[in-house]
Amino acid sequence: MQSKAHSPLFVRHAIVLGVLAAVIVGCGGSGPSTPSESSGTPSTAATPTPKGGDPNVIKIVSSLPQTGSANSQIMTIVNGIKLAIDEVGGKVGDFTIKYEPWDDASPERGQWDSAVETANAHKAVADPDIMVYIGTFNSGAAKFSMPILNQASLLMISPANTWPGLTKPGIGEANEPATYRPSGKVTYYRVVPTDELQGTVAAQWANEMGCKRVYLLHDRELYGKGVATMFEKAAKELGMELEGPEGIDPKAANYRSLATKIKQTNPDLVYFGGTTQTNAGQIAKDLRAAGVTAKFMVPDGCFEDAFIQAAGAENVEGNTFITFGGLPADKLTGKGAEYYENYKKKYNSEPQAYSAYGYECGRAALEAIRIAGKKDRAAIAEACGKIKDFDGLLGKWSFDENGDITMKTLSGNIVKNGKFEFAKILGQ
Amino acid sequence: MTNTEVFLQQMIIGLSNGMIIALIALGYTMVYGIIELINFAHGDLFMLGCFLALTILGALGIDAAYDPNSVSLAVLPLFIAVPAFCAIVNWSVDRFAYRPLRSAPRLAPLVSAIGVSFIFLNLGLFWGGLPMDVFNGGVAAAAPKDFPALVSRTNLLGESSNIIVRWNEVLVAMVTVPMMVGLSLIVRFTRIGKAMRAVAQNQTAARLMGIDVDRVIGATFLIGGALAGFASIVWASYNETIYFQMGFRVGMDAFTAAVLGGIGSLPGAVLGGVVIGIVRAMSEGYIAAEWTNVVVFTILVVVLTFRPSGLLGTPTREKV
Repeated sequence: MQSKAHSPLFVRHAIVLGVLAAVIVGCGGSGPSTPSESSGTPSTAATPTPKGGDPNVIKIVSSLPQTGSANSQIMTIVNGIKLAIDEVGGKVGDFTIKYEPWDDASPERGQWDSAVETANAHKAVADPDIMVYIGTFNSGAAKFSMPILNQASLLMISPANTWPGLTKPGIGEANEPATYRPSGKVTYYRVVPTDELQGTVAAQWANEMGCKRVYLLHDRELYGKGVATMFEKAAKELGMELEGPEGIDPKAANYRSLATKIKQTNPDLVYFGGTTQTNAGQIAKDLRAAGVTAKFMVPDGCFEDAFIQAAGAENVEGNTFITFGGLPADKLTGKGAEYYENYKKKYNSEPQAYSAYGYECGRAALEAIRIAGKKDRAAIAEACGKIKDFDGLLGKWSFDENGDITMKTLSGNIVKNGKFEFAKILGQ
Repeated sequence: MTNTEVFLQQMIIGLSNGMIIALIALGYTMVYGIIELINFAHGDLFMLGCFLALTILGALGIDAAYDPNSVSLAVLPLFIAVPAFCAIVNWSVDRFAYRPLRSAPRLAPLVSAIGVSFIFLNLGLFWGGLPMDVFNGGVAAAAPKDFPALVSRTNLLGESSNIIVRWNEVLVAMVTVPMMVGLSLIVRFTRIGKAMRAVAQNQTAARLMGIDVDRVIGATFLIGGALAGFASIVWASYNETIYFQMGFRVGMDAFTAAVLGGIGSLPGAVLGGVVIGIVRAMSEGYIAAEWTNVVVFTILVVVLTFRPSGLLGTPTREKV
């Protein structure tokens, strides 16, 4: 015990500084860098499908952040996938379809975790029965699993990734999307329009509402910053006056100082590129507390009930606008209306925004298996790209050569009576 | 708003945030001062305090739609129950996680503290999933929770004033300042305070003088925990949002404040907290939000370079 008192001072400070260094890294490290898996040169040697498994069973898995604030949203996506599989009686041709929902979040982060997502991808590759991987929810997470799954020619379909760089060349980083396709083939598809569209449409909507001065904020994450950048580009073209973009600290206790600064510039609109998890609710709260009367607009990362709950309904009532890459479930027509009825009947609850895309993912996966007609990863992945004029929830759509959906319908929503309310169709 | 008004407003915001940080920093610095342990679980204990406060409010039927003017008295139980809860939990943590490691190498209790921090974190995650209205029915356990305003939101300087001072800012000062003064008085003038200082200086000598060292350390944890409890009510009322991961960040801010002020020094922790609060506000207000952490930690590094034991730390600890 005595030895404690004699330890040199610098040892103590070394510990202290070490801890602080970890904190600083932790603060800046929320946006993932490009995963190391993808840094190698593209090789055409694909990982072979492991031997074994049941020849009559095809497994579909989903990798979505079930632990975390997106939980309620995610469970309705899982329900949507189940609904799609149940509709065909769990069978495609002679194959029995089995579905397992996996979690790619960790309680430490409270949201998706690169380590868990990477582990899920490896686990999926190693299981000979898994033919389709539905995921991810977050674009950042997809960056980790895409190269691994691509190497194994395993079909990946996302219900929610909106970062353009995942599929479109020339918009994101210089090495995108090639870095996610080490095998050179497209094995990744998504059923939602991208941020490129969402940020642009948001700026147009703001312009239509007569907003001339905009204060632009983002959360410094891939998704949030991406949408904000697209918003900035479009807003400049429309001749709007911009302040920012300014990257906030998503873990800060409050944004009172920032809100005071925003108040000075007297904007018509504050746009935040971010999600509920990156503190959109606190920003809404502090803006109102500081007396900022401007409109507040956020992208679909906040399109979940948890956002209204976190912000406090009275702080977002009537002046908060949310863009979403699709239509709310109850505005769907045709095949979509059918889905909405079936969902309510089966689960006795309302689906949330992304549930429909889970359902669409499930149907696209089943369609790909049907076209391929055999239990072969490469064939199924290739078949998915052949889906054309598919009778989807929002009308007929196809996958283009990048793996993107051709559907471009977005909706604008507003918070009314503590709930999201559909305002208008955007981007048509 | 004129420039002076903006500056004053930022000062008020910085001071309020700083005082809350200081309150938590006191808990860190007391424990470090006495057993040289960085109690990583302190921030998460504070988080549990916030969750208890929200649970009690929920049980009392107070939610966001409640008129803050009529709540003021109903929240008195909070100021008793939450600090008591935090004090007891903190004491138990010492009793079961740190005391058995008292004579182990220095890193053992540190790792133990990190473990306790994870346990608390997951307790918070579980707690947030309780099927109560205030937890949004428990459907999204990890989502941020709205904390009802405990005090009126009206501007004390009049609704026409550009500078906003609300009862919340007053509440922060009303709770924090007496706590700090009281704590200093306890440490300086009471028997247990004297015993604490003795144990901090030299445990063996203190034991030889007939001081029950474990009891004194236990008392330190009780007081530190109670301070965290008060801080959690004030913090939650001020920011109006709580979530299970908040403890880590709040704890780090407080820990940084304790180091900046001179870890082990009570006035140092307060000074450190206030400095960090004001620097944050000024950086966000006049530079850019991106740079806030950079500015804060640059100041910390510069201060530690020239004053390795912090602003108010004693350069050579009186240990032989």
